[in-house]
Amino acid sequence: MNARLRGEGLHLAYGDLTVIDGLDVDVHDGLVTTIIGPNGCGKSTLLKALGRLLRPTGGQVLLDGRRIDRTPTRDVARVLGVLPQSPTAPEGLTVADLVMRGRHPHQTWFRQWSRDDEDQVADALRWTDMLAYADRPVDALSGGQRQRAWISMALAQGTDLLLLDEPTTFLDLAHQIDVLDLVRRLHAEMGRTVVMVLHDLSLAARYADRLIAMKDGRIVASGAPDEVLTPALLESVFGLRAMVVPDPATGTPLVIPLPRTATSVRA
Amino acid sequence: MTDQLILPGRRVVRAGPVSASVPLRPVLVTVLALAGALGVAVLAVGHGEFPIPPATVWEVLTGGGTRIERHILLNLRLPRVVCALLVGVALAIAGALTQTFARNPLASPDVLGITAGASAGAVAAIVLGGVAGSLGVPLAALVGAGISATLVYLLAWRRGLDGFRLVLIGLGIGEILRGFISWVLIRAELVDATRANIWITGSLAGRDWSHAEPLALALLVLVPLALAATIALRVLAFGAETARGLGVRLQRAQLFVVVIAAALAAVAVAAAGPIEFVAFVVPQIALRLCGGSRPPLLASAMLGALLVVGADLVAQIVVAPKELPVGLLTAMIGTPYLLWLLLRRSRKVSG
Repeated sequence: MNARLRGEGLHLAYGDLTVIDGLDVDVHDGLVTTIIGPNGCGKSTLLKALGRLLRPTGGQVLLDGRRIDRTPTRDVARVLGVLPQSPTAPEGLTVADLVMRGRHPHQTWFRQWSRDDEDQVADALRWTDMLAYADRPVDALSGGQRQRAWISMALAQGTDLLLLDEPTTFLDLAHQIDVLDLVRRLHAEMGRTVVMVLHDLSLAARYADRLIAMKDGRIVASGAPDEVLTPALLESVFGLRAMVVPDPATGTPLVIPLPRTATSVRA
Repeated sequence: MTDQLILPGRRVVRAGPVSASVPLRPVLVTVLALAGALGVAVLAVGHGEFPIPPATVWEVLTGGGTRIERHILLNLRLPRVVCALLVGVALAIAGALTQTFARNPLASPDVLGITAGASAGAVAAIVLGGVAGSLGVPLAALVGAGISATLVYLLAWRRGLDGFRLVLIGLGIGEILRGFISWVLIRAELVDATRANIWITGSLAGRDWSHAEPLALALLVLVPLALAATIALRVLAFGAETARGLGVRLQRAQLFVVVIAAALAAVAVAAAGPIEFVAFVVPQIALRLCGGSRPPLLASAMLGALLVVGADLVAQIVVAPKELPVGLLTAMIGTPYLLWLLLRRSRKVSG
């Protein structure tokens, strides 16, 4: 499997606090990879390092064989898009303005709004069903629409690789499905490589081609969802006793948590 | 795909490799404000003990007029009005830059301690003499602004710049500098203290070409740089992570914006003293007139010119034949606005 984006011997820390110490990871091309793991396991930190938002204190991130921190960041932004967790737009910004900024890495001071920019922005808005909202202020949208607007911006950037940090945070279930369907279509119809961090395990299994399970800054398992999501792994990684059954709708693994004691749930 | 992307209120301009999407409302506001500023400027040069009607002003500017009219206009009044226009431009752009960059309407050079630094430098030059005195007032103001801006920047830096932290540190440094100014003024001779006091209120009285020329030269360099910074600025307004994801070299871009803003504020203050609240209020007025998510630079610049030249004219009229320092007038406009902004913000936070 080819991997345009890889991490080698990554050591990641915030100041004195080491989060990840010696981790190798390959992002397989053309797949949707989802990183799962308990809170504080370092999954968002890893995503930030892969998206060069966090500089590794050791090891390196390679994009197309070049060290990402030695590649001009603008060049990286034409290949790799990053959507941080709960990003904020300035007050009063319209959806169109937001999505237009996705073209930033392709613009120069005299080439501010080329035909190509216009087409890509229109496509991105259409793709996410946000064309009708182009003129609305981002802060007046619902949570689900707002997230679609941000994904639209990342899409307008026109990158082959896309990193999404918890794209479904603060969304109700219907809107989570909305966003994840969109991610799936990005992969299926546009062949994009996507890496995302998700909390819901069953949704992760349903929408990912490949799962990476992390614990305490290490990768514990990786592979197809039905290989990774086993009762034994859930127990060791999350400390969760659970059954795993085939999802009646999709056949992907569905995690059913078991009650810790008989009295903790209604009979 | 049939449905086209329609961007209301914008005009797409494309010629060869050059392309842009120009929002129309800011263009309109800019043109109107420029016309207003020039109109008020004509009235202002005409105003005084020897009134000159606008028609004569035009005659003199195009090379006519009597010798006395030419002398009064070109040597005495025009430099003051030119100073007023340019100071307004510089302060307004400085404010628009810092407010956008810090994502906070409070973050103007007045609040960030830059103008207080300039005042401290100037007061030191007037009262203490010595090294500061040998620099002359404008240069000492520049040095003071430079030192305080550097100090605020370094203290606020913590693996990146956070707008709120910048405002708090700036307020702190500003207070320390105001303490220093009071201390110097208390020790000063009466004559020096009076001179220093007029200076730190911000006044355009007695400005000649020796003030206007260096200011014009500085703006010739700084304004294009500020306009070039807008490209990075509109992405910086999204916050650090998004901006870096879009390929902005964050630290370089932030430093560039801060340096340009500090330099603009400093040259304005060096020429006219800290005319308060212009940098703070004007970009927000421009934002409300133009709509959008951040203060537009050119519209702010023209509104700044209009406000300062207008306030200076009013300051000469209200207590004629005496005159008020223009900074007193802008402060009277700015303070209620600051209160309103703070009240509105705190209400928003508390529910």
